[in-house]
Amino acid sequence: MKVPTLPSAANHHPALPGNPPPCPSSQAGEGSGGRRGRVWEGDAGGLRRGKAAASDPAGASSGIAFEDVTVAYGALVVLDSLSLVVKPGEIVALIGPSGSGKTTALRAVAGFVRPTRGRILIGERDVTNVPPHDRNIGMVVQNYALFPHMRAEENVAFGLRARRAPDAVLRERVPECLRMVGMAAYAKRYPRELSGGQQQRVAIARALAIRPQVLLLDEPLSALDAQIRRSMLEELARLHRDLPSLTVLYVTHDQTEALTLANHIGIMRDGKLVAFGSAQSLYRHPPNRFAAEFLGRANLLPVKALVSDVGGLTHVRFGDAPLLARNHHGLPAGSECLLCIRPHDLRIHAGDPATAPLRGTVRAVQWQGEMHSIALEVGGHPLRLTCAPLKAPPEPGEMLALHFDPEDATLVPEDGDG
Amino acid sequence: MLVWSRSGRRLAWFLAALLFAVIYGLPIAMIALASISGQWNGVLPSHLTLMHFANSVQGESGDQLRVSIMTGAIASAVALVSGTCAALALRRIAGAPKRLLDAIFFIPSAVPSVSVGLGLLVAFSQPPVLLNGTTLIVVIAHFVLISAFTYGSVSAGLGRLAPDYEQVAESLGARAFYRLRRVTLPLVAPYLIAAFSLSFAFSMGELGATVMVYPPGWVTLPVGIFSLSDRGAIFDAAALTIILAVTTLIVLIGLSRVSTKAAVR
Ligand SMILES: Nc1ncnc2c1ncn2[C@@H]1O[C@H](COP(=O)(O)OP(=O)(O)O)[C@@H](O)[C@H]1O
Ligand SMILES: [Mg+2]
Repeated sequence: MKVPTLPSAANHHPALPGNPPPCPSSQAGEGSGGRRGRVWEGDAGGLRRGKAAASDPAGASSGIAFEDVTVAYGALVVLDSLSLVVKPGEIVALIGPSGSGKTTALRAVAGFVRPTRGRILIGERDVTNVPPHDRNIGMVVQNYALFPHMRAEENVAFGLRARRAPDAVLRERVPECLRMVGMAAYAKRYPRELSGGQQQRVAIARALAIRPQVLLLDEPLSALDAQIRRSMLEELARLHRDLPSLTVLYVTHDQTEALTLANHIGIMRDGKLVAFGSAQSLYRHPPNRFAAEFLGRANLLPVKALVSDVGGLTHVRFGDAPLLARNHHGLPAGSECLLCIRPHDLRIHAGDPATAPLRGTVRAVQWQGEMHSIALEVGGHPLRLTCAPLKAPPEPGEMLALHFDPEDATLVPEDGDG
Repeated sequence: MLVWSRSGRRLAWFLAALLFAVIYGLPIAMIALASISGQWNGVLPSHLTLMHFANSVQGESGDQLRVSIMTGAIASAVALVSGTCAALALRRIAGAPKRLLDAIFFIPSAVPSVSVGLGLLVAFSQPPVLLNGTTLIVVIAHFVLISAFTYGSVSAGLGRLAPDYEQVAESLGARAFYRLRRVTLPLVAPYLIAAFSLSFAFSMGELGATVMVYPPGWVTLPVGIFSLSDRGAIFDAAALTIILAVTTLIVLIGLSRVSTKAAVR
């Protein structure tokens, strides 16, 4: 396929000294030109910045849609009827335990896994049968996979060269992308001369250089040590602030990464999407037991819902103890369900123990620096409480009275956890 | 180190060195000595001379060395290309079909080389394909014998290559050929060079099949050495052996330099 030579090279006004990298100017809409050509032309990838975003035609950046996507290896179904939409400019995190099919979902978007059923769309385009090299995606894998025989800048230039971008584009785009990830000073280094975190940055720059429509990140931080992971997380958040129209699908098993970065979170289990929602709502009102436990390690107590009451609160019964909780999911009166309360929302009851809604036996006390974590047993059920470091932490075996704000407790259906 | 005490370690080293010297060192030293001896009646030779080397440089041996190098280089290069192509083509195949194809590829190296030579002679001594008495049949014999090396070495290299590199390259827009040229082949370069080195060394020393098929105008150095020693010119044969070994060694060292460079990048 021939890459059209285009006036668009003129679109790329060189960066003014001291200015942020140039805003790729907008250009003709989705339908025009060959897909391959467009990639380095302008905003096909939707990497627009700041004010430029406002002036761009709507829909210039693309989302991802899974429509009933099933992937099976022989009889083994590893992705089961996944339907999921990532809106343009959004970060969606897919989280789930190892082997739940997250990577498979991501690789299906990249084109390295063929769905046995269903469709995948990038933007308006059905890419289900499009080969990977024509999908215009940026992909960052867990071990970075920088080409070891190329310097950092050659790695970043790889995608542009493969698409036969003119030299002018290369000269501008490669330093721009390296600068974006703070690696401008390392352009001449070989991957083996870079630390893990630096390699990761180069891998991200390499993916961004082609101005992809969507960026796919597969556990990008899991190979880094804790401190670098935290700073890379901030970097990624900053990167997305700089490139607000970049659509990102982010696969991780780390809930902190998901909660920090993502607008929406999907929770996977055994190849199924068992929960999907905005990060906040998923955390506050998990739709099922698995979501509650996986995202934020919630405490779950089996309760029986009684009557719904004023202010959206519902009376429930935990054993003999009456409790109050929000009934976000509108569970009917009389149903068996779970009361979900986050460890940090549980408080030690200072007043008369008789007035406390819950009482439990302390099983273990852990001091973790910035907080105390106390494991309790309440009516035969384990419960975890975290709080600011205590001067006089309770002893194991002690009885502890607990209370919580009913606004912080939510009812979760017992079944239906996929 | 499995041996911990200092004296024990010394003893182990000594034994290893002794074994090495006897098994590898002694024959080579003998050949080296023979190549410079004028006469060898006692324990050690007498009348040391470089005459045998002079003979070999002047006589037909120079031509034979050239023939050997050319045969080795051409056969190895062709084997490298075809072995690499085969390995690339078959890398996605797994399981029983893969094992069967592997077995087919390795048959020539399991068959005695004399038999390979004989087989070629019988197969190509009649029309429609008459190669008997041509240079080509020597190259073909070498190719048949060494192609398994290249295939084996390159498929081992490809097998160890994580799929991530090529997939990332493809996601960046690289089509098959570009990917092969810029990513796959550079990453398995050490294996390609190893394959070429191994085949070249093998070809330089090949006698069994060559002796069956070589035409008068295309005598390789091992054939020359064989006929010299057959005629009783042991010292001349020894000189040629040294030349053959040194030449092969030089080529191998050069290639391994390139290989380390490729691996380090
Ligand atoms: N090529 C394959 N052939 C067979 N099974 C596979 C293949 N790739 C992945 N799987 C299986 O699919 C399941 C999901 O894998 P994956 O998507 O990598 O999970 P995750 O990324 O969530 O850890 C796993 O059980 C894995 O064993
Ligand atoms: Mg994975």
